Amino acid sequence: MTVAPSTFRFVSSNRRVREDRRFVAGQGRYVADIALEGMLHVAVLPSQHPSAKIVSIDASAALAMPGVHYVLTGDELAGATDQLMNGLDTPHVKRFPLAVGQTRYAGEWVAAVVAETRAQAEDATEKLRVVYEPLPFVLKAEEALRPDSPPVHPPHRSNVLLDKLFVWGEVDRHFAESPRHLSFRVTWGRNSTVPIETFGVAAAWDPWRDMLDVWASIQMPKYPDQIARALRIPANNVRVHHDVDVGGSYGVKRGIKQSVLVAHLARRVGRPVRFIEDRLENMRSGDAHGPDRIFDVDVAFNDDGIVKSMKIRALDNAGAYAGRAPFQLGKPIGAIVGPYKIESVQYRAQSVTTNKAMQEAVRGFGQAPTNYAIETAIDKVAAAVGLPRIEVRRRNFIRKEEFPYLIPSGSTYDSGDYHTVVEKVFKHADFEAMERERDRLRASGMLAGIGIAACLEPSGGNSSFEPLLNEKNTTTTWMDSCRINVDALGFVTVTIHTTSSGQGHETLVGTVIGEVLQIDPDMIRVVRPDTLACLPSNSPVGSRMAIMLGGAAFHAAQKLKTKLARIAAHQFGCGEDEVTFAASAASDKTGRSLNWAELVNIAHRNYHLLPQDMEPGLETTHVMQVPTGNKLPENGRVQMYPCHSFEFHLVLLTIDPDLGKPEIKRYVIGHDCGVVINPHIVRGMTLGGIAHGLGATLLEEFVYDEQGHLITQSFMDYLLPSSHEMPEVEIVHHCTPSPHTVFGQKGSGESGYLGSPAAISSAINDAVSPLGISFNKLPIRISAIGDAIADAQQNKTKESAP
Amino acid sequence: MKVELRVNGISRTADVEPRKTLLDTLRENFLLNGAHAGCEHGVCGACTVLIDGEPVRSCLMFAAQADGYEITTIEGLAPAPGELSVIQDAFCETHGLQCGYCTPGMILSAHALLQHTHTPSREEIVEAISGNICRCTGYGQIVEAVQFAADRLQKSSILRPEQVRRGHDAPKEGSLDAAKTGAPAEIVR
Repeated sequence: MTVAPSTFRFVSSNRRVREDRRFVAGQGRYVADIALEGMLHVAVLPSQHPSAKIVSIDASAALAMPGVHYVLTGDELAGATDQLMNGLDTPHVKRFPLAVGQTRYAGEWVAAVVAETRAQAEDATEKLRVVYEPLPFVLKAEEALRPDSPPVHPPHRSNVLLDKLFVWGEVDRHFAESPRHLSFRVTWGRNSTVPIETFGVAAAWDPWRDMLDVWASIQMPKYPDQIARALRIPANNVRVHHDVDVGGSYGVKRGIKQSVLVAHLARRVGRPVRFIEDRLENMRSGDAHGPDRIFDVDVAFNDDGIVKSMKIRALDNAGAYAGRAPFQLGKPIGAIVGPYKIESVQYRAQSVTTNKAMQEAVRGFGQAPTNYAIETAIDKVAAAVGLPRIEVRRRNFIRKEEFPYLIPSGSTYDSGDYHTVVEKVFKHADFEAMERERDRLRASGMLAGIGIAACLEPSGGNSSFEPLLNEKNTTTTWMDSCRINVDALGFVTVTIHTTSSGQGHETLVGTVIGEVLQIDPDMIRVVRPDTLACLPSNSPVGSRMAIMLGGAAFHAAQKLKTKLARIAAHQFGCGEDEVTFAASAASDKTGRSLNWAELVNIAHRNYHLLPQDMEPGLETTHVMQVPTGNKLPENGRVQMYPCHSFEFHLVLLTIDPDLGKPEIKRYVIGHDCGVVINPHIVRGMTLGGIAHGLGATLLEEFVYDEQGHLITQSFMDYLLPSSHEMPEVEIVHHCTPSPHTVFGQKGSGESGYLGSPAAISSAINDAVSPLGISFNKLPIRISAIGDAIADAQQNKTKESAP
Repeated sequence: MKVELRVNGISRTADVEPRKTLLDTLRENFLLNGAHAGCEHGVCGACTVLIDGEPVRSCLMFAAQADGYEITTIEGLAPAPGELSVIQDAFCETHGLQCGYCTPGMILSAHALLQHTHTPSREEIVEAISGNICRCTGYGQIVEAVQFAADRLQKSSILRPEQVRRGHDAPKEGSLDAAKTGAPAEIVR
């Protein structure tokens, strides 16, 4: 069912975000605020070697330290637990929370100490004596691909986790027939979302009730199931508490190894145990790095700049273990042609293990790097045919009237109006004036450039990439749920079944249910029961909650409304379809009316007045299936996500040629995510996403030295954008409703981030183009820009010398 | 060792190890959980508290060093349970936060700014919050919150807590012209 936009009372209105009140008062409840009676604390010992055999661990001195209760090694843990989940079919790539027999990256946890305080536990880790036998190691993805590279997991016999070739459409013919080709390589540096709160988890085991209670800074689908499997206990013996605020995640808060470690320790020592990563543990060994990816791209096009076909090879450096991270090569298949009418694509997805920290899901799940590669391709085509970059985009964009549009890899884009969004942005920004400003800045001696990027945000979070990359996986649902209960006094309480990590889900469901039932959203209580009282949820991943949780809330509210209409019709003695529901009251054509309190009273107290076969009380639930997500892949094609938001970035940037320091002078983004449910939330997501992308483009990288050690492991060398780096951003809105959702909404949780790296790098490359140089690797740091400019100027001087 | 700390106007004592930070002491000994550990090396600002009205990283200060100073945490800003200060309310109005983890530190930095700069420029706001890293918002709605709060404080007859506490000292130098608003005259009356 779809509601016409004109009738909205609360949806799309600029209402406050209800979660904010507790946070501004310092009353959030984060995992580090959970203090359990008798709780012990954990510190971990990191490996000093990127790869080494663990010969022996002597814990005697550590155990003699004050306050120390226990020292756990990988061997003991591996004997007591099952290996952590792998997404791909790679049974010999085994992962446990602590290194077992061998370390596979520098910083990997080798042993854990439990003590009365965290400080005592840290002190004791220094007394652990480990004898290592260093082994050969491999850090670079291309070296790991070679059959003779040292295998990170010897039983797996190779470092290749995934090597899959997809050919969608007549790639060979299109390449043969196209008059022009170009090839290039771009590299996306290893960075991550790096939330300000590190990962943390507290667990308590009650042997008399057979219950493991878990409080964690978690944002992960199937979390309790994974804990139960690893610990070999029934899933209904695991109770994860959802009333824990998560201090930022953006995908990475998936600390399954930390959770299994702490849960095992809580059982082993018989006391509650808590582990909060410190910043070094988080960055070096929290297993939360993001994609680390090389793209080799070939493009076939004509003299008009029309792109006919593309070949993309994506080689990802997964780090030491597989987990779920290689799927980040799969999700971008759902928008592999971007917003363009590219007729055929060849895509080779390769993932290899190396002796670096493991990856986790990062905002966009591989989409931002892919968009960077696609947008670089379009810029290069424009340069090759001598057309403005925007003109080439306009010529290749899917047109408004062509939706729904089936792309070669099997996804159908729901809706969009790319040309109009671009027009609106150009008009708002006065693009010609912006070009004049760039030229004026150039004339004044600065380097100045304009960056452009257009891209999609697939949203609605399905998991079709799982069966696409792993045939043994037959998942075709990624549901989310909502339950509404109206109590006997008429107050509404709603349950949602995941943690809060800043996306405003309480506001979302309050708004949606208030809209349907025509009651003040602020009167609706939203609670988050623990997992044993939960309906199925797959957590806020894949930009899905406006669509999936919003959808579930809408349908649950519709069911409730239907029930109220039936009760009213029964009293009126008329048909249900003759009852109208407005202002929380039901009435019929003759003017008879029952208000909310009367309807509630009948449902709760007057069974004799209820229609036959109706259950008393007022409670409804809805478990929502992802729209369009109902099939397994066929011939390497599948519908990935249901909805596709669009964003268009326009950036004016200068570089001081002496310092190499880029400065963003103007940033305009056109954003179309369909019908917006809460404008404050969508705006925050977009601005935050742009900042995150700015970091990935200019500042952030997990850099390893030749010896395999992470050298950017504090906030003094891994730089996050501050208020100084972030420009004022102007947002131009457009609304193309999705036909697949209840209000026409699409996702926005990844907005901004998916296009800002492409846009900012495009601006830098435009700025340095007069010097005949360009950058093809992110991040583009000040030092790299300064050096490249100096080299280019030196070469120019040499050339011009007689 | 025993330390005596004045926190949010109340004297409290704690028995701590000399190496214990002010942050850990506030959280563990006094159960004031609003200050958060982010990096614990003085960069992110999630642990910000006010020491004699100025923002300080409580992760870089030992509890023993804070002895004798006036410490203000986020818990000290709300005028009453369930009631927000003007700045806290402004953050709600513009949605100047998402996950809330950096928010207490951010609000305390903003609070300190608005104590001595009553009509801050955008640059002054950006500078004042530049020691507080927010990973969620991209800062746009935070800057708007501070602008909104400054505007409301200008127009409001509500005295700033610092004005009440310090009497005729407030506003300090570099701030708005005292004669312009008439507020200080009210304070000393």
